[in-house]
Amino acid sequence: MNRTGLLNKLWEFQNKFGYISENAIAQIAQKLNVSKIEIEGIVSFYHFLHRKPTGKYIIYLNNSIVSEFKGFEQIKAAFEKETGCTFGCYDENQLFTLFETSCIGLSDQEPAALINFFPFTNLTPEKVKTIIQQLKNGNSLRFISSNPTSKIQYIPADNKTVFYRKYEMGTALKKLKNHTPDDILNIISVANLEGRGGAFFPTAKKWKSCKEMESSKKYIICNADEGEPGTFKDKSLLNNLPGLMIEGMIISAYISGAAYGFIYLRAEYSYLLEKIENTLREFQANNLLGNDILGIPKFNFNIQVQLGAGAYVCGEESALIESLEGNRGEARIKKHFPTEYGYLGHSTIVNNVETFAMAARIIELGTNFISTIGTPESKGTKVLSISGDVAKPGIYEIEWGMTVKEILHLCQATSPHFVQISGPSGICINEIEFDRKICKEDLICAGSIMVFNNFRSITKILENYTKFFKEESCGICTPCRAGNQILHEKIKKIKKGICTAQDLEEIKEWGQIMKLTSRCGLGQFSANTLVMALDKFEGYFNQKIIKANESLNVEFDMEAAVCNYDSLIKDTQ
Amino acid sequence: MKNISFKIDGRICTAEKGLNLIEAAKQNGIFIPTLCHFKHLNPLGTCRVCTVKLNGKAVAGCTIHVADGMDIEVNTPELLDTRKAILEMMFVEGNHFCPSCEKSGDCSMQNLGYETGIKYTRFPHLFIDRITDARPERIVVNQNRCIKCKRCIEEVKTFDGYNVFCSINKGNKTMVAIDYEQEAKLSELQAVHAMQICPTGSILVKGKSFSKPFGDRQFDVVTEEKTLPLSALKKSRITNKKKIVATTSLSGCFGCHMSMLDIDLGILDLFEVVEFNKSPITDIKNFSKHCDIGLIEGGCCNTHNIEVLREFRKNCDILISVGECAIWGGLPAMRNTFPLEECLKESYLDSMTSEENETIIPNHEEIPKILNKVYPNHEIVKIDHHIPGCPPDANHIWNVVKNILFQEEFSIAHPKYKYD
Ligand SMILES: Cc1cc2nc3c(=O)[nH]c(=O)nc-3n(C[C@H](O)[C@H](O)[C@H](O)COP(=O)(O)O)c2cc1C
Ligand code: SF4
Ligand code: SF4
Ligand code: SF4
Ligand code: FES
Repeated sequence: MNRTGLLNKLWEFQNKFGYISENAIAQIAQKLNVSKIEIEGIVSFYHFLHRKPTGKYIIYLNNSIVSEFKGFEQIKAAFEKETGCTFGCYDENQLFTLFETSCIGLSDQEPAALINFFPFTNLTPEKVKTIIQQLKNGNSLRFISSNPTSKIQYIPADNKTVFYRKYEMGTALKKLKNHTPDDILNIISVANLEGRGGAFFPTAKKWKSCKEMESSKKYIICNADEGEPGTFKDKSLLNNLPGLMIEGMIISAYISGAAYGFIYLRAEYSYLLEKIENTLREFQANNLLGNDILGIPKFNFNIQVQLGAGAYVCGEESALIESLEGNRGEARIKKHFPTEYGYLGHSTIVNNVETFAMAARIIELGTNFISTIGTPESKGTKVLSISGDVAKPGIYEIEWGMTVKEILHLCQATSPHFVQISGPSGICINEIEFDRKICKEDLICAGSIMVFNNFRSITKILENYTKFFKEESCGICTPCRAGNQILHEKIKKIKKGICTAQDLEEIKEWGQIMKLTSRCGLGQFSANTLVMALDKFEGYFNQKIIKANESLNVEFDMEAAVCNYDSLIKDTQ
Repeated sequence: MKNISFKIDGRICTAEKGLNLIEAAKQNGIFIPTLCHFKHLNPLGTCRVCTVKLNGKAVAGCTIHVADGMDIEVNTPELLDTRKAILEMMFVEGNHFCPSCEKSGDCSMQNLGYETGIKYTRFPHLFIDRITDARPERIVVNQNRCIKCKRCIEEVKTFDGYNVFCSINKGNKTMVAIDYEQEAKLSELQAVHAMQICPTGSILVKGKSFSKPFGDRQFDVVTEEKTLPLSALKKSRITNKKKIVATTSLSGCFGCHMSMLDIDLGILDLFEVVEFNKSPITDIKNFSKHCDIGLIEGGCCNTHNIEVLREFRKNCDILISVGECAIWGGLPAMRNTFPLEECLKESYLDSMTSEENETIIPNHEEIPKILNKVYPNHEIVKIDHHIPGCPPDANHIWNVVKNILFQEEFSIAHPKYKYD
């Protein structure tokens, strides 16, 4: 066994014994010739790996903001009542162990939970009762679990659909036969494809850089870690069009000369593993993967799926690479692009699921076709996952350039007020901005739109985000690790109603410090929405703050400050 | 290697191509603060206290290798403040009780606090309960002080090449843990090396930690501070009216007051220009006049402290927090990482001398209520100035007071800063 196989090895123990024991750690450490604490460090980084025994069924209930608004608390209480367990506790219960988890990519069907990674959606307390009863009776998870498929609610008319059109395996790949890698790269470049994972980096530039690197080995990584709360568009692509994404990977391998590929699949999507692996096998059987692909001499490429283990930051490309290498998923310093120094130091292309799928469609359909769709700078279509206070949550493939208003209309949003674009790391918009267009020229969107109506507490939304970042920071750099904790303290102050205009000013200043100094995107963007919301929802916050105090006393909640003492005295009398 | 030229804050600098920016800047006489950066290690880039701008974009300075034509900003007001803020974050994230810390005076982090001029932190202290692990053979790891810089992880290995330290958990729970088995293999020399490379007092070697007396420590700056000559002040500023000063000790040890008296005969000089109102020094219990300046020792640990502090705010034009307890809670705030219940039970009900069922937690409507934690004064009322130190030196205190009262500007040089 070598280091790169570590994550799989840990999964083996986790699946077999329900936890990773002292003994297991010692065994692995010995095999790898490293100290035990190093293994401990990796196990404790991922929240699906446990160091204490768990029950036969591990229940992960999603605590994202959409879930919170759709009844998270009742469902949590129902699970505790029915199982007799407490969330977050390793107790004696042989059957159940309960944990909260961040977004599991089922925002259109919240509240949702994973039980041994089988999905259970649209939960109600009654449903929870039935599920637990069924499990106690020994029913099989496979039969009682829900269908996690997200409904495709909208596709562009007039043959403008790019993704959700008919797919036939190998159509795009056939074109490789009579085009050189340079030709293919040129097509991607002309189509102006930009990464769909959030950073919108020009894909052709990335692939070209890898192509030109003198690296003894090159790797292609498909980033299927989709952890941004409220995002489930990659899940839908993986579920409906796994082949398309794989073709995209093969195309990038053709261009760059890489011989190995990984699909880094988040563990939350374990239920898609079988499908993806079957598709890979089909590709192999059809000579679309393996050696001399399509009969092109020396065009060898193989893909392997790596399951994540629960860490949002592993979606960040350098953290993902660290995780693949069997290390803690800590983001690297930004000295090199992965194409310069990637997996095991080799040139590596990391792209999002949708980016690969889009690349395949571009090759299949041609740039002439693609460029008739979208806006001058954003060509083609975009897959969006829409959730929240809408009547029709689900997947929307839209032509770039559609306005927020049109989208809200399509998904039948009810009195939308606070709309989150691209997840908590993205930006929030208010009603004035609903005329903005989703495209590079105006409002760029990575794939998630969460709609909140005007009955939803903005403070709750922001607190949920901040807690998420606070827990999901990789913890390696000060501003992100400490900053998010500090911001959470400020939000608590808003909640308590003892917040002043100065507190809000400070949130903005401190957010700026985090943005400037954090090592990776997580810390850089974690205060974004919070800071933005203060301006965009000024009226709301003006009502929350306490006006300046003449006597120079700072707002202080005396009652809260003595409540511990009061209750203690009462109890001990 | 060939020399290249680059710019720092508009100044042309030269250095060997590819040299680490921190070194390159140093060679050109420019100081960039660092904590995780360590001579031969690959850039760790964890602490971010070296943040500079490269061609307009913020980056960790220690991760830059200089190249021809680079345009680097180091000492802009924004960057100076940003770096200070990062350090402040470290102070509030951990529990840094410098007066009781073995590394005090030899601590790089503390020294950077002085260098960057931190008098108080803009952020609220988090007061998270963190463990001190004395189980290892030679080493004690005090998590209250660890800034997760990773130096020890990269640098400390056993003879047979095993890591001794490693980060565990993630997010706000991240900490740097020690491997007992590997630690036991360390020689004393290796253990001492670990203690020395730690930029804070997180790694200590048993029996080796109090090696140097005050004054001889690495960052002790011995500058005798002179009292400001009053004659000069008198001529230019002083009107016939004496300035009125009040002082009080809230949740403190009276050490700051002792320090105030420490100017010996200087106090007579002082009496020429100021008059004391409410103060333990005069034993005046209630304000009889509005005061120009109020000096507060100690933070707020009970409701009475808060009342007194608010009264001071009402009766004084300028309020100064004197000493660490006033500034952020100081030593009394050591209890802040424990629930109040535990503290009170431990001291009144379960202590060695309390008989079962014989003792109670003191309470009466006449005695103040204990707050759930110790609060710094600036979280209760507006504080105009902070004088760090535990206690601050006498001359230091009075110089600040005199400066504030009689001159428009006041500044104290950073080497005068002390957190212990
Ligand atoms: C905290 C963080 C989380 C991320 N999560 C994801 C993710 O789940 N999926 C993804 O494709 N990209 C994610 N990214 C972006 C990747 O770092 C990277 O830019 C992307 O995978 C590149 O692919 P693209 O160019 O095709 O977008 C994340 C970035 C950050 C900073
Ligand atoms: S910004 Fe956050 S997630 Fe990124 S490296 Fe720093 S601590 Fe890790
Ligand atoms: S001396 Fe250094 S490590 Fe010790 S408490 Fe002070 S700042 Fe922290
Ligand atoms: S123990 Fe010291 S050297 Fe190690 S990470 Fe903490 S502060 Fe850095
Ligand atoms: S010294 Fe540069 S990040 Fe720590």
